[in-house]
Amino acid sequence: MSNAQPLLDVSGLTKHFPIKGGFPIKRTIGAVQAVDGLDFQVGEGEALGLVGESGCGKSTTGRLITRLLEPTSGTISYRGKDITHAGRKELAPVRSEIQMIFQDPYASLNPRQTVGKIISGPMEINGINPEGGREKRVRELLEIVGLNPEHYNRFPHEFSGGQRQRIGVARALALEPKLIVADEPVSALDVSIQAQVVNLLQKVQRELGIAFVFIAHDLAVVRHFSQRVAVMYLGKIVEIADRDDLYGNPRHPYTRALLSAVPEASADDKPARERIRLTGDVPSPINPPSGCRFRTRCWKATEKCASEAPPLVQVEGNKPGHLTACHYPETEATVPAPRLAKDPEAAA
Amino acid sequence: MTSTDQQPFLSVKDLQVHFSTEDGIVKAVDGLTFDLAKGQTLGIVGESGSGKSVTNLTILGLHDRRRTTIDGEILLDGKELLSATEKELELLRGNKMSMIFQDALASLSPFHTIGAQIGETYRKHTGASKKEARARAIEMLRRVGIPQPDVRVDDYPHQFSGGMRQRAMIAMALVCDPELLIADEPTTALDVTVQAQILDLLKDLQQEFGTAIIFITHDLGVIADIADDVLVMYGGRCVERGTKEEVLRTPQHPYTLGLLSSMPSLDGPVDVPLSPIPGAPPSLLTPPSGCRFHPRCTFTDKVAGGLCATERPLLEVVDGRGSACHLPMEQRQDLFADLAGSRH
Repeated sequence: MSNAQPLLDVSGLTKHFPIKGGFPIKRTIGAVQAVDGLDFQVGEGEALGLVGESGCGKSTTGRLITRLLEPTSGTISYRGKDITHAGRKELAPVRSEIQMIFQDPYASLNPRQTVGKIISGPMEINGINPEGGREKRVRELLEIVGLNPEHYNRFPHEFSGGQRQRIGVARALALEPKLIVADEPVSALDVSIQAQVVNLLQKVQRELGIAFVFIAHDLAVVRHFSQRVAVMYLGKIVEIADRDDLYGNPRHPYTRALLSAVPEASADDKPARERIRLTGDVPSPINPPSGCRFRTRCWKATEKCASEAPPLVQVEGNKPGHLTACHYPETEATVPAPRLAKDPEAAA
Repeated sequence: MTSTDQQPFLSVKDLQVHFSTEDGIVKAVDGLTFDLAKGQTLGIVGESGSGKSVTNLTILGLHDRRRTTIDGEILLDGKELLSATEKELELLRGNKMSMIFQDALASLSPFHTIGAQIGETYRKHTGASKKEARARAIEMLRRVGIPQPDVRVDDYPHQFSGGMRQRAMIAMALVCDPELLIADEPTTALDVTVQAQILDLLKDLQQEFGTAIIFITHDLGVIADIADDVLVMYGGRCVERGTKEEVLRTPQHPYTLGLLSSMPSLDGPVDVPLSPIPGAPPSLLTPPSGCRFHPRCTFTDKVAGGLCATERPLLEVVDGRGSACHLPMEQRQDLFADLAGSRH
């Protein structure tokens, strides 16, 4: 983060969903602590990856940034302007600069609208009339995302899953956004199609200089796409770093365990990689463990972990910008040297 | 798997499964042949619509008989399954062969306790009493690693987490010590850390009971973890098969190669674009002629006479290793090596 002012600055972001219960008068009897005190920045044109298991709050974070959800506390600043509780009117110009790509390409396109109508929708709402008309712009966008401009009048059901996701990308690009929040954009697609969409997003990110918050559970995809990566666990960021630092030198036990649990499609990785098997499941965010939230599954947990929540700081041995929230960070080089130099016939 | 002269435990020969639908005939499986020995794990890889799930529903006889035309032969321990009556199949299902589904929540009854659902299969096949069945259910839950099994046996599925439900499904599938276990994407809905636990559990249980496992997945990483042999399916046909090491290290079919090189890895180069397979999987209503992969294949022009579009390539399996491609093997090896070299 060399820029003086980041594009997006999030601090202390918290979202608690109230749980209503009781009879006859419903009261708030608890809260799902979906996101609890997030701090991170996204620079201009930068891709930040958010990874974590289901229920860790990564999608909620995406929805908070786009202000589809009202934060409980904390601040979200966009270009230095506080938009945390901005009203509809105030938010309108910002909304056109922050767009979203959704996970399910089947549910996120209106089946009754043509592709042309879907993609020009954002322009209509914002009263934007590009040079040469909206239709021309839509055709350009279709071309950018690798679809045939002749598909302008077709309906979503005529397209395959991968093509639909391209339509979703075109729609997100319609307003020339500065930041795109992509929530699991490839996880609903077939393996052979995923790479097509990842390449498209990467092309868009690099050529148009759009910043991304890339939310996914697939660590390999996130590594490929993002310059910086934040690992979330139960509503908190446990580690955030540049891609190479995070994957090459993970300091948080959870990051390390997560990385070691990813099965890789090479038949000969058994001796090279040490597997850490976590026991149990992610605890409930309604009643998260005290102190460090990972302590119930951590093999290093002590009493200190139960009483004191570790702050997200640059622990000893970290490069600048590599923050870890752990009392007992991992020390030795945990991941073996990259297996790049292998025999050429191993295609994996 | 052709190592012993004795008959394989499960043998599928030239299986064809066609569904008649309003739009025409769907050729879901089109000539599939494989064997499986006891204690072995066969991984079936393929994209959605490649016929991998249909194959396994057919083995269990769970297809809709009125709408399905089946040809070929399925032998389980020497017994022909396709001609078996529903009664005979009922005796086999849950007993000699059983299945784990992808979505554990949808596959468990929300109205019955976990214990009752595990015990039901056991009582049906062994004639045990309710009490014995309950004891057996507790034992199974303990074996699949559910804490406090004597308490949790009375829980309902919604009280279990995703990983625990999948464990309960496994307990249910294994309650009668089946000899064949079909696992259809059992870990796809789970998080990676829980997926790793379930894969370990299946491996442990297999070692203990010598179960033959068919493991269906779209994730080549999972295949690398659990399978002994691999069968790659595309458009209802097997395009390549071999041991895990052979298929993952030296793929012979362009589709397998494409799958492997389109996946990002945790330590591969990051600044080059991925190399995806162009196009989309075929519709099985109007499958492409000849080789079903030819519209997406980058090597089609290397084959003389446009053979790829007109003639179906034969799958020749020698010692359990083979692939279905018109391109001569030596030429393929050279081309593939070039491709792999250019990526690294």
